[in-house]
Amino acid sequence: MAPTSEAILKVRDLVKHFPLTQGIVFKRQVGEIKAVDGVSFDLHRGETLGVVGESGCGKSTLAKVLMALEKPTSGSVMINGKDMAKARGGDLKRMRRNVQMVMQDPYTSLNPRMTVGDIIGEPYEIHTEVAPKGDRRRKVQELLEVVGLNPDHINRYPHQFSGGQRQRIGIARGLALQPEIIICDEPVSALDVSIQAQVINLLERLQNEFNLAYIFIAHDLSVVRHISDRVGVMYLGKFVELGKDTAIYDQPAHPYTQALLSAVPVPDPEGREQRERIILQGDPPSPANPPSGCRFRTRCWKAQEICATEEPLLQIRPGTSHESACHFAEAQDVVHAG
Amino acid sequence: MSDIRPVGPTRAETEQDAAEQVMTVGVPETPLTVEPERKPGKQARPASLWNDAWYDLRRRPLFVLSAVLIAILLVMAVFPGLFSRVNPMDATTCVLSNARQAPSSVHWFGTDNLGCDVYARTIYGARNSIVVGVSTTIVTALFGGLLGLIAGFKSGATDTVLSRTTEIFFAIPQILGALLILSVFGTGNVWTIMLALSVLAWPMTFRIMRAAVITAKNQDYVIAARALGAGSGRIMFRHILPNAVAPVIVIATINLGGFIAAEAALSFLGVGIQSPDISWGLMIDSARDRFLEAFAPLLFPALFLSITVLAFIMLGDAVRDALDPKLR
Repeated sequence: MAPTSEAILKVRDLVKHFPLTQGIVFKRQVGEIKAVDGVSFDLHRGETLGVVGESGCGKSTLAKVLMALEKPTSGSVMINGKDMAKARGGDLKRMRRNVQMVMQDPYTSLNPRMTVGDIIGEPYEIHTEVAPKGDRRRKVQELLEVVGLNPDHINRYPHQFSGGQRQRIGIARGLALQPEIIICDEPVSALDVSIQAQVINLLERLQNEFNLAYIFIAHDLSVVRHISDRVGVMYLGKFVELGKDTAIYDQPAHPYTQALLSAVPVPDPEGREQRERIILQGDPPSPANPPSGCRFRTRCWKAQEICATEEPLLQIRPGTSHESACHFAEAQDVVHAG
Repeated sequence: MSDIRPVGPTRAETEQDAAEQVMTVGVPETPLTVEPERKPGKQARPASLWNDAWYDLRRRPLFVLSAVLIAILLVMAVFPGLFSRVNPMDATTCVLSNARQAPSSVHWFGTDNLGCDVYARTIYGARNSIVVGVSTTIVTALFGGLLGLIAGFKSGATDTVLSRTTEIFFAIPQILGALLILSVFGTGNVWTIMLALSVLAWPMTFRIMRAAVITAKNQDYVIAARALGAGSGRIMFRHILPNAVAPVIVIATINLGGFIAAEAALSFLGVGIQSPDISWGLMIDSARDRFLEAFAPLLFPALFLSITVLAFIMLGDAVRDALDPKLR
């Protein structure tokens, strides 16, 4: 799964602000929710980028903007050199073939009134040029087989499947157009732990088979670590740390990442006793009115005056091996600390 | 991050073991077969909504009763000759000297002020009631439903304009508004009544459809379709409409009874169906002056009217209960 060649997805300074309005007839803008506020990263062919962060930090908005379901306020989403954020009409439709998504809840992401064959075949009906009409049923059956479902179940309805099987149907729909990038927005958080493993294994197998690139959004650090090549940690609409999975998990440099990782349960009574847990004070600030300078400073134990005045940029800092956005970045192994 | 769950290993040395464990759980080689099972108490199975509803309905006495009544009424409306040998449209069947006879073996429901057979007139009166009820229901469901679909889907300015328009119609009292519209037309017949009732009744369907569409359009499968590049037409008619149509069907069935009652009321008031055409409302109107002398000409059309309205409202109730998973 080593990243090869150049980036197929280049995201630069992506910003998505939702306006807050008051009034019914004459709406006036009273502020904005800064859901995603300056995110940049590259994604290479066959690579998995994990995105973690707590609820409300902008992970799902990031996914929606990357899927062109929301128009970004500014910034660019370059796919193979073309900006998806600026594409319209037929161009956008063609570009969508390259980016597909797997959604979080397998119970709501499949239309209950359509058969599995119709659901997985719908991409071919929308993009008629991908498969000739007579060929579609066979292709759908192939896809069912690829994701480990019985091809004979093509005429069944979603409610006749279990949660894990329904998620496989969602994955098959995402694969139908043979995309290069699949955005997985918490694809396993609605599933049982044992089913999570099956779906993760399926995703890994498909990645090897079709050389897919994943953006894997989750709040479960263990799952992200298992599947990701690189990991980005989000806080209030920004990446605070971005690097190889081993670097992030073994030498986290940003205090927020360290706090997150120190909360991961360790299945070892001895290590657990000796480990120091970092407990953050307070709640995340409102994304409508984020703190000046470093956004994490209000909950950070390292915060100094500079944090309020100067925003730390996401860059490689002395003594660390990967990019982090903290003036006082310092690699510290919190998972294995003892 | 209170919702972190321990799935994978967090220590390097346990990673190998855990990975093997994961592999053994792994992707099943032979796909599991799932037999469709029926659990009426469960909510998360809207796919077989119609099947479940049909299964449920057949076991409801209320539904069976109303369905049988409605079936009889429909046959009566289409082939009234099957029920009555006398054709009341033929004026020679009315003999003035027979006026206001009590029910007998010849005239089952007696005769009215003009000596016409009340039974035959009641049977023949079903057609107008049913035609007004069914046509008004179809027109309001199509018109209100389509506008509701557009308003709910487009939202914004389109929705505001359409919603405010319906509020204007809501402010008009039904019977008063219909009286006004019909008096503009001058002549009352089945189609002008249908038009008057439709003009006043479509906002109800509109509102219900709009609400259902707004719920449906934020569902994940609609977002998934948009992510695939589906156009508005496909999303509206393939994804939203099939999932939003159930409440409209329910309200249409219940309204049908109401439209039949409204037709009778308008005919009674003299702006609806005009003599010599036959309508239950008209029969009640002509019988009311002398009803102390002969109650039959008033009683039987009123009874048929009540039973018909009741049958449709019961049907609507049964359908609503069957389609609403929360009431199961």
